[in-house]
Amino acid sequence: MAGIGGAETTGKKVGWGLLNAVVVIYALLPVLWIVSLSFKSSATLADGNFIPREWSLENYQNIFSTSEFTRALINSIGIALIATTIAVVFGTMAAYAIARLDFPGKNLLVGVSLLIAMFPQVSLVSPLFEIERSLGLFDTWPGLILPYITFALPLAIYTLSAFFREIPWELEKAAKMDGATPGQAFRRVIAPLAAPGVFTTAILVFIFCWNDFLFAISLTSTEQSRTVPVALSFFTGSSQFEDPAGSIAAAAVVITIPIILFVLFFQRRIVAGLTSGAVKG
Amino acid sequence: MAEIVLDKVTKRYPDGALAVQEVNLEIADGEFIILVGPSGCGKSTTLNMIAGLEDITDGELRIGGQRVNEKAPKDRDIAMVFQSYALYPHMTVKENMAFPLRLAKVDNATVEKKVKEAAEILDLSQHLDRKPSNLSGGQRQRVAMGRAIVRSPKAFLMDEPLSNLDAKLRVQMRTSVSRLQKQLGTTTVYVTHDQTEAMTLGDRVVVMRGGVVQQIGAPQFLYDQPANLFVAGFIGSPSMNFVPATLENGALRSIIGDVTLTDRIRQLVEAADAPREVILGIRPEHFEDAALVEPAKLSAGGKFTHQVDVLESMGSDKYAYFNLTGEQAASAELQELAADAGSDDVPGDGISLVTRLSSASGAVEGASADIWFDADKIQLFDPSNGRNLTYTER
Repeated sequence: MAGIGGAETTGKKVGWGLLNAVVVIYALLPVLWIVSLSFKSSATLADGNFIPREWSLENYQNIFSTSEFTRALINSIGIALIATTIAVVFGTMAAYAIARLDFPGKNLLVGVSLLIAMFPQVSLVSPLFEIERSLGLFDTWPGLILPYITFALPLAIYTLSAFFREIPWELEKAAKMDGATPGQAFRRVIAPLAAPGVFTTAILVFIFCWNDFLFAISLTSTEQSRTVPVALSFFTGSSQFEDPAGSIAAAAVVITIPIILFVLFFQRRIVAGLTSGAVKG
Repeated sequence: MAEIVLDKVTKRYPDGALAVQEVNLEIADGEFIILVGPSGCGKSTTLNMIAGLEDITDGELRIGGQRVNEKAPKDRDIAMVFQSYALYPHMTVKENMAFPLRLAKVDNATVEKKVKEAAEILDLSQHLDRKPSNLSGGQRQRVAMGRAIVRSPKAFLMDEPLSNLDAKLRVQMRTSVSRLQKQLGTTTVYVTHDQTEAMTLGDRVVVMRGGVVQQIGAPQFLYDQPANLFVAGFIGSPSMNFVPATLENGALRSIIGDVTLTDRIRQLVEAADAPREVILGIRPEHFEDAALVEPAKLSAGGKFTHQVDVLESMGSDKYAYFNLTGEQAASAELQELAADAGSDDVPGDGISLVTRLSSASGAVEGASADIWFDADKIQLFDPSNGRNLTYTER
């Protein structure tokens, strides 16, 4: 801090601080507005105040009073967790093979998985709807889990193969020389090192499944498998003339919480530079 | 503890490239053997085949009398030290060293004991709870060695284990590797591209080139009796000087002076059915400042006078460099050596010559000097195939 350039450093700091503040406010203002709305009573809902004049938990009580929202919450959590688990497990195996092995058709496989990721989802909705109807998957958990896995896998494979490439291959050779079977080498050496990649991928896939609206609204029809983003759109006020904005705001706040928890939980495990010290440099 | 036998071991890649060709090598129990050669000569591939990390295309590999071609690395009971150390970054030093024992399902008390012993040998006792990322290069190298020695394997394989260390540490580690090997008495195969390591460490040295073994022998023997131009140029630092020469009626004519062949060399050359045009090889230490040579010896050697290009005084001796005009000795082996040393693109025609003179020499940079060489220490090579015409089994 001391010495030449002190003033410049302070100036820079102020500049960066301002810029950061602008970005944070820009990003968080809508979120804060939703939070604020969710705590307003129905009478003061449309008064335009940023800080509620009358704090109330009425909206939260409302959304949890019927099964409409709680059921959707359970659906969302279940479907997203199952889809994430399956996508990450298969993605890990596929990415490991892509990063380590040279097999015929490898480039084709990577190309095709990229193609799937680029395919516009909206164009698949109607065929999927027809297929799921005839297979009896419509309006069931697997009916949503399957398309989610399909679109999450390319993402998982891409992120994970980048992580696997970072792991020095010699570690695996060393494990083999130390007496490990290929399975032991993977479990005890490679998997722990790939953990940050796996958690990053898990977060991305979970968020993708959690936020999806298009498939969820097209491939469900009842509470049995409807996820929260869809349930939100079906919210009505207690009477036909009541604005459901308060309830929607409360629900929006509630469904943000699992995402924040999920990220916080896994973020601690995303330690950069976990492989440092393995090999020279 | 076991001997390792390579019986016509060959490695051919699926694309047809031949990496290692019919290597025959018998490594005795407890022997320290060095595989040396320029990069791409197949030495690492050979080591990986012994380790089981690469398949053997043809031939047989026996460890302790048993064929192990089809065995997985873990069933061969050999340990390997990698060039990059390949430490497990998520484990502490202790866990790293214990890993092979844990995999072998050794009980806890024995693991503790063995790791402690190895740590003491390698002076790592106070670092046992640290992670590899917090260790210096030399310490990491020692952990890698420790991981190899804990389970007392049949053999150690080392793939350029010192090449990532800085020069001073490398010399230090070189002696400790040598001491450790003597202490444990375990058969060791050591790969390096550094001829100094090869000379100083091994009981025997295997020189390889393009997947083919060039010569196998004790370091001093390879230095004195290289089988061909490649070994002659590879072993020794500074390396041997090569000058084109002509054989004529028992005399040798070259740009560094004409000499009559000594009886010993004449017999060898005749027995070898030497061609007329040969390559004369002579090591730097076989030159001397003519003013310092006894008159009786002076006439028995060759002599030339030329301007000293560069003079380096090392205190104990002086290295005088000359740049003689003339055609360089041409052969595929020498070109390959030059390419490996990175000197093939250094501009300059003519023959460069390195001579080691006694420190009493009065040679001065830029001035002319009279240089004598010992006629009995020369080696002659066939330019067409690189064969040493003066080679004896002795």
